[in-house]
Amino acid sequence: MSKKHSEEGWDLVIEQKKRLVDLDFSAVWKYRDLVSLFVRRDFVAQYKQTLLGPLWHIVQPLFTTFLFTVIFGQIANIATDGSPRPLFYLSGLIVWSFFSGTVLSTSGTFVNNAAIFGKIYFPRLVSPISIVISNIIRFFIQFGLFLIVWTYYSWFTKEGANIHPNAGILLLPVVVLTVSLMGMGLGIIISSLTTKYRDLSMFTGFALQLLMYLSPVIYPSVLWGHYQWVMKYNPMSYMIETFRYAFLGTGSLHPEGILYSFVISLVLFLAGVILFNRVEKSFMDTV
Amino acid sequence: MSEIAISVEDVSKLYRLGIISSESLREDLGLLWARLNKKEDQYYVDGETSKKQLVWALKNISFEVKKGEVLGLIGKNGAGKSTMLKILSRVTEPTKGRIRIRGRIVSLLEVGTGFHPELTGRENVFLNGAILGMSKKEIRSKFEEIVEFSGVSKYIDTPVKRYSSGMYVRLAFAVAAHLEPEILIVDEVLAVGDAEFQAKCLGKIKDVSRAGRTVLFVSHSMAAVRSLCDSALLIDKGLLADKGDVRRIVDRYLGLNEVVTSSQVRFSGADRPGNSDFAICGIRLLNQWEDECNSFFVSADFKVEVEYEVLTDDTRVCLSLSVNNSQGEGVFASLNTTDATYEAGRKKGNYRSVVTVYGSLLNNGKFHITLNGYSAGWSNHFPVSNVLSFEMLDDALLKKDYKQNFGGFFRPRLNWETVKS
Repeated sequence: MSKKHSEEGWDLVIEQKKRLVDLDFSAVWKYRDLVSLFVRRDFVAQYKQTLLGPLWHIVQPLFTTFLFTVIFGQIANIATDGSPRPLFYLSGLIVWSFFSGTVLSTSGTFVNNAAIFGKIYFPRLVSPISIVISNIIRFFIQFGLFLIVWTYYSWFTKEGANIHPNAGILLLPVVVLTVSLMGMGLGIIISSLTTKYRDLSMFTGFALQLLMYLSPVIYPSVLWGHYQWVMKYNPMSYMIETFRYAFLGTGSLHPEGILYSFVISLVLFLAGVILFNRVEKSFMDTV
Repeated sequence: MSEIAISVEDVSKLYRLGIISSESLREDLGLLWARLNKKEDQYYVDGETSKKQLVWALKNISFEVKKGEVLGLIGKNGAGKSTMLKILSRVTEPTKGRIRIRGRIVSLLEVGTGFHPELTGRENVFLNGAILGMSKKEIRSKFEEIVEFSGVSKYIDTPVKRYSSGMYVRLAFAVAAHLEPEILIVDEVLAVGDAEFQAKCLGKIKDVSRAGRTVLFVSHSMAAVRSLCDSALLIDKGLLADKGDVRRIVDRYLGLNEVVTSSQVRFSGADRPGNSDFAICGIRLLNQWEDECNSFFVSADFKVEVEYEVLTDDTRVCLSLSVNNSQGEGVFASLNTTDATYEAGRKKGNYRSVVTVYGSLLNNGKFHITLNGYSAGWSNHFPVSNVLSFEMLDDALLKKDYKQNFGGFFRPRLNWETVKS
C-alpha cells in the first residue's frame, strides 16, 4: 500500500499495489517496539488472575506426557525405541506443540485483529511475528522442563544408560528456526484464506490433530513399517526426530530430511508472506 | 505555508456488496477462470453487472490540503467520509487513484485501539502508543504528561477493565493527544466523554493546529467543525460535492438536510407522529396577524400552532418546542407548562395549542423547529425533528445608523440609560 518516495519529497504514497511481492521488512523493523509489547501483552494478559501463571506452560505438557505414558505406554504398550517413555513423549510433544501452537495462533491473525486492523495502520506482519516470538519463548520454557526431566532420567535412573546425547544438539537452532518459519508460514496462509472462507478456521484445529498422528510424536516412525513413506513426506517428522536424536540418541539423523524440511518451511513462509501481503490491503473490505 | 501536505488525486473505491458464502467461492473461481482466459476483467465494469452488486463508495475524489491547514470533512452518514478516512489511514487501499503525503501522519479513527482490558493503564499507554507508531523511548519521555492529561494517575496501575468508561476514554485520548504528528486525522472521537473532557479534546486539537500542523477533522457536529476548521470538504454520495470556506460549506451541508421550507406541515393517517395517547395532525407558523408565514422581522411576534388529536380520554399532553440555529445548535426551548390548561386531562378530540414567540428575542438568521411530544409525566417521548424552518429578517428598528451585523443568537431590546455624572 505504501512505499518510500523520495521524489519531490513525498514521504508516503498510497495507491493500489500492483506488484505481486511488495514486502517492506524495514517497516516491520521500525515497529519492533510494538512487536515486543505485543509479546509482553500475550504473556501478561494470558495469565492475569490465574494462580499458576506461566507455570501453565509446564503443566500442559507434563500432564499430556503423563497421559500418554499411561495410555500409549502402559495400556497399548507401544514401543519407544528403547528410551524412557516420559522423555520420549515429552520430547515429541514440546516440538509438536511448538509447531501446532504457532500455526493455530497465527492462523487467527486477521479475524482476531479485525477490530484493530480496521482502525489503525501498522505493518500487519507485526502481529504474526510477535505471536511466533511468544511461541518460541513458550517453547524454551517447556524445553527447560524437558531438560529437568532429562537430567533426572540420565543420572538417577537405570534407563539413563540408554540416553545418548550427542553433537546433534547443535542443530537445535535449526530446528527452532525451521519450525517457526513453517508454523508461521502455514498459519498466515490459513489466516489469509479465512478472511473469506471462515470454514478453514474450524478445519485447522482438526487437521492439526490428524497431522500429529502422522508425525512421530507418540511412536517412532519405524513403527509404521512400509507406510513409513507417509512420515517421510511430513517435514515435521524430521524436526521431531532430529530433536529426539540429539538429546536421547534414539532413531537416526537424516541430513537430507532436515534440508527438505528447511526448504519446505522456507517455501511456506515466503508463500505465506506474499499471500498475507496481498490480503492485508483489501481484507477490511471482505472480513 | 503553501506547501502541500496531502495530495489526493482521483481516488475511487469500489466495494463489493453482499454476503460471502459458498456462492463467493464459485464466483471467485469463475473470475479466476475468466482472468486466466484473458477475458475482459468484469470486476471493474461499472455497476452494469447487477448480480455482482458493486458499489462505488468514492468516485474520482481529488483535493489538496496545505501544510498547517485545518480541514473539515463533512457529509451525511454513508456519504463516503469514513471510506476516505480509511484510505488515508491506510486501513484499506483505493481501487483507483493515489494519495501523496508529506510528513508523519497519525489517524485517530477511534480512541483506545488495541487497549487490552486485562492490562494496567500503564501497560496500555505503552501498547496503544506503540500501535499508533511511537517508540518506547518516546512514550517514556511523555508518560508523565499523558497521565496528567488523562487525570487517572491514581488508577494507572489498575487493569483498565476496572475503569469507568469515562476514565478509559480519557486515558486513550491522552495517549493520542501526545503523539505530535505532522498530520493528524481525527474522526468523531469527540463524541465520547463528558462535556468538560470534550472541550479539553477540542482544545488539544486546536493547540495542534496552532502549532502549524495539518489536521483533517471529521465530525457530525457542525459547531465543532466551524470552530476548528478553516475550510471544509462536502462529500455526498461518494462524490466531492463542494470545497471551500468552512462557513459556506457548513451552510450548504445543513441546506442538504433541510426538509421543509414551507410555513406549515400536515400529517394524516399512519404518518402522524405520536404515541398511544395523542398524535400530531399539523404544525403551522403564523405571523402576528395569524397569516401563515415563515419569515418574520426580528422585532415582531410570531406564533407556532400545533394541532393534535387526543386518542385516549384524560390525556395530559406535554409539548416542548425547540429552536435550533442553522448550525444545529440549540437556541432555546419552551415547555407548555405555562399553558393554563397544562394540568388538565383532555377528552378525545382535536385540539390546537399556540405558542407565541416574542419579537425582539431572536437575532436575524435561519432557524429550525423541533417539536417534542410526551404523555403525562413527560414520558412516551416522540420527536418531530426539524419539522419547519423559518427566517428572522433584519429590521432597522434597533440599528438606526449602525450598519454591521448583530452577533449572537438573540437580539433583545434592552434598556440603556445615560446620566451625566
